[in-house]
Amino acid sequence: MKTVNVFFCGVGGQGIITASDLLGIVAMKSGYDVKKSEVHGMAQRGGSVISAVRFGEKVYSPLISEGEADYVLAFELLEGARNLQYLSPEGTMILNTQKIPPLPVLTGDAEYPEDLEEFLKRETPKLIPVDGIKEAKEAGNPRTLNVLMLGILSVFLPFGEEEWLEAIKERVPSKYLEVNAKAFSRGKEIGERARG
Amino acid sequence: MKRAFLSGNEAVARGAYEAGCHLAAAYPGTPSTEIVETIAKLYPEIKTEWSVNEKVAMEVVLGGSFAGARVLTAMKHVGLNVAADPFFSAAYIGATGGMVVVTADDPSMHSSQNEQDNRHYAVSAKVPMLEPSDSQEAKDFTILAFELSEKYDIPVLLRLTTRISHSRSVVELGERKEVKVKGYVKNPKKRIIIPAHARELHVLLEEKLKKLQEYAETTEINRVEPGQSDDFGVITSGISYNYVKEIFPDAWVLKLGMSFPFPAKLVREFASRFERLIIVEENDPFLETFVRATLYSDDSGLSLERVLEKAPMVDHHNLSRPEVIGKKVVPICWELSQGRLKRAFGMKTPETKSYPSPLPPRPPVLCPGCPHRATFYAIRKLRLHATGDIGCYTLGLMPPFNALDTTVCMGASISNYWGLESVLGEEFSKKAVAVIGDSTFFHSGITGLVNLVHGKSKGTVVILDNSTTAMTGHQPHPGIDRDARGEPAPKVELEELCKGVGIRRVRRVDAFNVKEVVEALKEEVNADEISVVIPTGKCVFVDKTRKSPMRVDESKCTGCKVCTLAGCPALSFDKKKNVAKIDPLLCTGCTVCAQLCRENAIVEGGEES
Repeated sequence: MKTVNVFFCGVGGQGIITASDLLGIVAMKSGYDVKKSEVHGMAQRGGSVISAVRFGEKVYSPLISEGEADYVLAFELLEGARNLQYLSPEGTMILNTQKIPPLPVLTGDAEYPEDLEEFLKRETPKLIPVDGIKEAKEAGNPRTLNVLMLGILSVFLPFGEEEWLEAIKERVPSKYLEVNAKAFSRGKEIGERARG
Repeated sequence: MKRAFLSGNEAVARGAYEAGCHLAAAYPGTPSTEIVETIAKLYPEIKTEWSVNEKVAMEVVLGGSFAGARVLTAMKHVGLNVAADPFFSAAYIGATGGMVVVTADDPSMHSSQNEQDNRHYAVSAKVPMLEPSDSQEAKDFTILAFELSEKYDIPVLLRLTTRISHSRSVVELGERKEVKVKGYVKNPKKRIIIPAHARELHVLLEEKLKKLQEYAETTEINRVEPGQSDDFGVITSGISYNYVKEIFPDAWVLKLGMSFPFPAKLVREFASRFERLIIVEENDPFLETFVRATLYSDDSGLSLERVLEKAPMVDHHNLSRPEVIGKKVVPICWELSQGRLKRAFGMKTPETKSYPSPLPPRPPVLCPGCPHRATFYAIRKLRLHATGDIGCYTLGLMPPFNALDTTVCMGASISNYWGLESVLGEEFSKKAVAVIGDSTFFHSGITGLVNLVHGKSKGTVVILDNSTTAMTGHQPHPGIDRDARGEPAPKVELEELCKGVGIRRVRRVDAFNVKEVVEALKEEVNADEISVVIPTGKCVFVDKTRKSPMRVDESKCTGCKVCTLAGCPALSFDKKKNVAKIDPLLCTGCTVCAQLCRENAIVEGGEES
C-alpha cells in the first residue's frame, strides 16, 4: 500500500500536537506502521506549529516533504496558505477558516492578506473549508476544534469511528469524552457532505 | 507484546527503565528535555534530579557510577560543551556502573544557537557511540549502551537528533531488569586522574577502543541491507537512514548503529562491491571522513620491519577504491529530508504551489501575562544596551522591544557585559544592563557575577525571576522550592546569594509594575557601584490563576498605540476604528498595557465571550 501522508499546521494552542498524536495512535492500533514528527516548543509562545503523520506498511521518514501530503489539516487560514506547498498535486486540504493574526499584524506592522481563502480554493485540487470554531461551539465546546478536524479527515481514512473514539479515550480526560465524541461526529458529518 | 507510540526521548527513558538504571541527572535543553522529564514522571525506581547545569549533572552521575550504579545523563548538543570537562575524564576513569551519556543534537537549530555535530565528541573523548534511527532503536540502543558500558568499562555516548528525539514511532515494550548496585570500592588509581595515573589509564583506554572496534565490525547493529541495484552503495546512520530508504529504496545500504569506533573492515568489504559510494549524513562529513581515510590506506599489512627495511609499498591495486560522494552533493547546513535529498541529487520532485508574495511571519513572542514584558519595555524606554542570555527572555530581542544587544551561550550575559565595561569604561555602565533569567543564573551566571564583584564593575545585573525554567517546559531549578518530582526542596534565595558575594545594592521589584521597574533600572544604572535588580513575577504557566481580562474603553482610546509597545499578543490595533482591542480569551489581566495607557482607556471587565 502507498503510505498515507497527513500534514497538520496551525498556531500553538489549537491542539494540533494532540490531534496528530491521536491519528498516530489510531493508525498504530489498526496495525499500521506509523511515524510522526513535529516542531514544538516555540508553539506555546504563539508560534506556528507543524506536524506530520505517515502511516502504511512500513514507514521510514517521519517527515513529509513538499508536494507529498495527501491531506493537509490547516487549523488556521494564514498557516494553511503558508504550508500549501506540502499538499500533493492530488491532495485535499481541510481548512479551518479562522484567522489568528500574528504579532506583526496585531501591532499594525504587517497586513493579514484578504484573499487567502480564495487563493486556496483556486490552487488546491480539493478544499474543504469549515468554520471550525462555530461548529465546535455548536457541538459543545470550541476547544474540541482539533477533534472536529479529525472527524472531517476520518471519512477519507480506513479507520472506523469506534477506533477513533478508543484513541480519544486514551488521551482525553473522561469528563470531556462526551463533548469530544460529539465534535468528532459533527466533523464526520461535515466530511461526508464534502466528500459527496 | 505491548506496543506504544513513543517519541525517541520517551523511548530512551523507557530503555533506561528496562535496563535497570538507578540514577538520572540532567539540565533541561531542547531537544533532550523529555528524557529525564519522562523518567521523573513515570519511573520512580530511578532516582532523578534536575541538576544546576550539565557539568554538574555529568559529575553527579559519574559519582553514581563510582558507586556501581547504572546511570544516565542527557543534554542538548551545546550542553555537552558545558559538561565536556568531566566527560573527557570519565572516558579515562571508566564506568564501574554502566554510564550512558545522551546527546540530543539539533540539525537546523530548531531551538538552538548552532547545529554543532556532537559525533566529533566520541572521537575526541574516545568513547563508543551509538546512533539510533527511530524510537525502537532509541530504546534498544539505550539498553545496549548500559551493557557495553559495563562490559568495556567505559561511558557510552548515545547520539540523537531532533527528528529522533521528537518524532514518534512504534515501540515494543519490555520488562524492567533488576540490576544490583555493585557498591562502592575505593580505587584511587582509577578515579584520581593525576598524571601518573592518567598515563596508565590512557593506555588502557586505547586498548578498550581496539576491543570495541572488533565489536563494531561484527555487531548486528552495523548491518548491510542488500539491494536490488548495485550501481552504488550507501553508507548512513541515524535519522538519515530513513531518508535514504525513501529516496533509494533499491540500493544496498550499510547502516551504522555504532559509528565509533569506526568499523573499517566492514566498510572496506562493503565498498569493494561498488564503483561508487554515497555517504548520506546530516551536517558534518563525519562518516565520510572515516570512509575516505579507511579506503585510502590499508595498514593491516604494515609491519615495523617493512618500514625499517624500506620495503616496497604494499600493492593496493586489489584494494577497491570507489568514488565517494558525500558533502559535495549532500548539504552540510541544516537538516535533511527526503525532499531535500531528492533535490540535491537532481531527482524529480512534485510540482507545488505557494502564495505569490511573502506572508506575514508568525514569530514566537512573550505570552500574554509574561512577567518579562515590563522589563523589556523599561530597557527600551531608558534606551539601555542589554547583554542577553538564553531563555524565554531572549524574545526581548523582538519588536516592539528590540531590547537585546547580544546572546551568546548560557550565562554569557554577565561576562559579556563586563568585557564591554572593561574596554569602554564606567561610562558604559550607565548605559547598559546585563539581563539573565533565574534558571540561567544558577546554571552559569553566578561565576560571572563573582567575577564582576572582584573586578570592581559598576554594572547592573537584571535577574528575571519567573520561578521556573520556562522555555524548555517549566522545569524547577534550585531557586524554587520543588524538585524534579514536585517534592518540597530547600531553595536558594537569590537576594541572599547576591549579597553573599558582596553586592550591597540588591533589590527585588514587582515585574508587573512598569513604574517600579523603570525607576529601579534608572536608579541602579546611575549608581556608582555594582547592583542587582530582580524583577519578580510568576510565569503564566507556573501561576495559572487568571485575573479578569482587560478591555479597551473605546470612548477614551485616542489611537496613540502606546499600548502596543507592550508587544502583547492579546492586544491588537484596529486600524479602521483607530482603537486598540483586547482578546478576552488571551488576556490574563496582568495590567501592563493598562499602565502604559495615558488616557486610562484600558480597564477591567473584559468579557469571556
